[in-house]
Amino acid sequence: MAITTPGTGVFSEGRAKLSAKTFRTDKWWIQPFITVVVLFSFIVYATFRAFENGKYFAAPLISPFYSPCLSKACANGAVSFVGTPFGIYHVLGMTVSPSLFILIFPLAFRMTCYYYRKAYYRSFWMSPPACAVAEPHAKYTGETRAPLILQNGHRYAFYAGLVFNVFLTIDAIDAFKNEKGQWGHMSVGTLVLLANATFLWLYSASCHTCRHTVGGRLRNFSQHPIRYKIWTWVSILNHKHQNFAWISLFGVALCDLYVRQVSGHSIRNLYFF
Amino acid sequence: MARKINLRIWRGNSTDGALQDVTVDAMEGEVILDVIHRVQAEQMNDLAVRWNCKAGKCGSCSMEINGKPRLACMTRVSTFEDGETVTITPLRAFPVIKDLVTDVSFNYKKAMQIPAFQPPADLKPGQARMQQIDVERSQEFRKCIECFLCQDACHVIRDHEENKKSFAGPRFFIRIAELDMHPLDVIRNRKQTAQEEHGLGMCNITKCCTEVCPEHIKITDNAIIPMKERVVDVKYDPLRWLGSVIRKRDGIL
Repeated sequence: MAITTPGTGVFSEGRAKLSAKTFRTDKWWIQPFITVVVLFSFIVYATFRAFENGKYFAAPLISPFYSPCLSKACANGAVSFVGTPFGIYHVLGMTVSPSLFILIFPLAFRMTCYYYRKAYYRSFWMSPPACAVAEPHAKYTGETRAPLILQNGHRYAFYAGLVFNVFLTIDAIDAFKNEKGQWGHMSVGTLVLLANATFLWLYSASCHTCRHTVGGRLRNFSQHPIRYKIWTWVSILNHKHQNFAWISLFGVALCDLYVRQVSGHSIRNLYFF
Repeated sequence: MARKINLRIWRGNSTDGALQDVTVDAMEGEVILDVIHRVQAEQMNDLAVRWNCKAGKCGSCSMEINGKPRLACMTRVSTFEDGETVTITPLRAFPVIKDLVTDVSFNYKKAMQIPAFQPPADLKPGQARMQQIDVERSQEFRKCIECFLCQDACHVIRDHEENKKSFAGPRFFIRIAELDMHPLDVIRNRKQTAQEEHGLGMCNITKCCTEVCPEHIKITDNAIIPMKERVVDVKYDPLRWLGSVIRKRDGIL
């Protein structure tokens, strides 16, 4: 990483001769610092769980990191209605985790999300670390070249995310069964999976690409009153997109943790009825 | 009731300059522009500062106050602690002329590069009609007072002088968005030129423009991101491209 040097950026010829990179007196570094800590913690936990290849199913609950479970290596009862298109593969003597066949899609959705882009460009890449705080890079081309030009594929990751939301919603509905597969029961796990699916739908529905797709791309709202109405609803959610991004991230991790604890018999899944 | 406020004001020109400390009275209810005027009247008679309306509507008194791009006339003295030293510098993204006055002509040159609104050729004066819901969308962008705080905060040009050639900046992305969303504008290649000529792809949506906008325009959410999505429609989305070929339209209704 090249460091900003005299003669570039805020130190360019003709600009006010000032030696400091910023004169901000507030604690501007707190937000990027917290973002790094939280996102890094999530990445570590998600990576561990993706490779753990166990404790992801405790009938009728399945972890969101493993749903839909598409591999023949999936635990009994964890396989969704689409079956198991993937076989059992081994790498370095270890069975490839079923999670690795699917996690790329929700990961791509979050990686290309307009909110997360802001978050990680600021906190991880420091471009810029905060407003009016000089960034440390000597050159900048934004999202005009590979690999960042791939951010333009966000809408395809969004579509894939919707498919996953459907699977996770089905999982939440399935959680109204008991351990023997009988309908008409409800447990703490049911609430956990329902909350997770709800947060993910809110995150997807508030997405900027969703807003564009439902009506934002129109030039003339007045000729498309229904799409305009939907656009106004999505716009209301869109104001909270950042909140939904974080809530759904915590939701997925906590949902997985709950299923893991139940599956590992660390806690019991309490049934209300 | 008067209180004393410590200011550290940058003074100089395009070749040299330094921060100078000064202590001045501040009355209750005053803003930073008031105390700068008092400094000018009592202690630094040749201090250069650009201002006009003192009501947050002309966009003249843009400067950086404690490192943040702000309007001096909208920054209340009461927001600073007693005994705190307030650092006041000119906008750091533009060449300085003298003291707190910068040369913002970069923005006027960029403005000239954007084709003006063009109605249909057969539309006679008095015939144009727009529904309120179509007006409202661009109304937000028309609130812009051209203070250029968003341009100053944008790291694409603030931290990279060389990008000024190829990057128009957030103020002009809202202008392009306003025109591209206009039902009667017949120029259909604004999306392509936004990306290819005005550098929309350089923006990494870190939202500093939105944070500093004194008119609270949602620059990123309502202009830049919608424009990025429209650019994807015409340049990067194979399905949209296929749809536009089959249905023989430009993809935007």
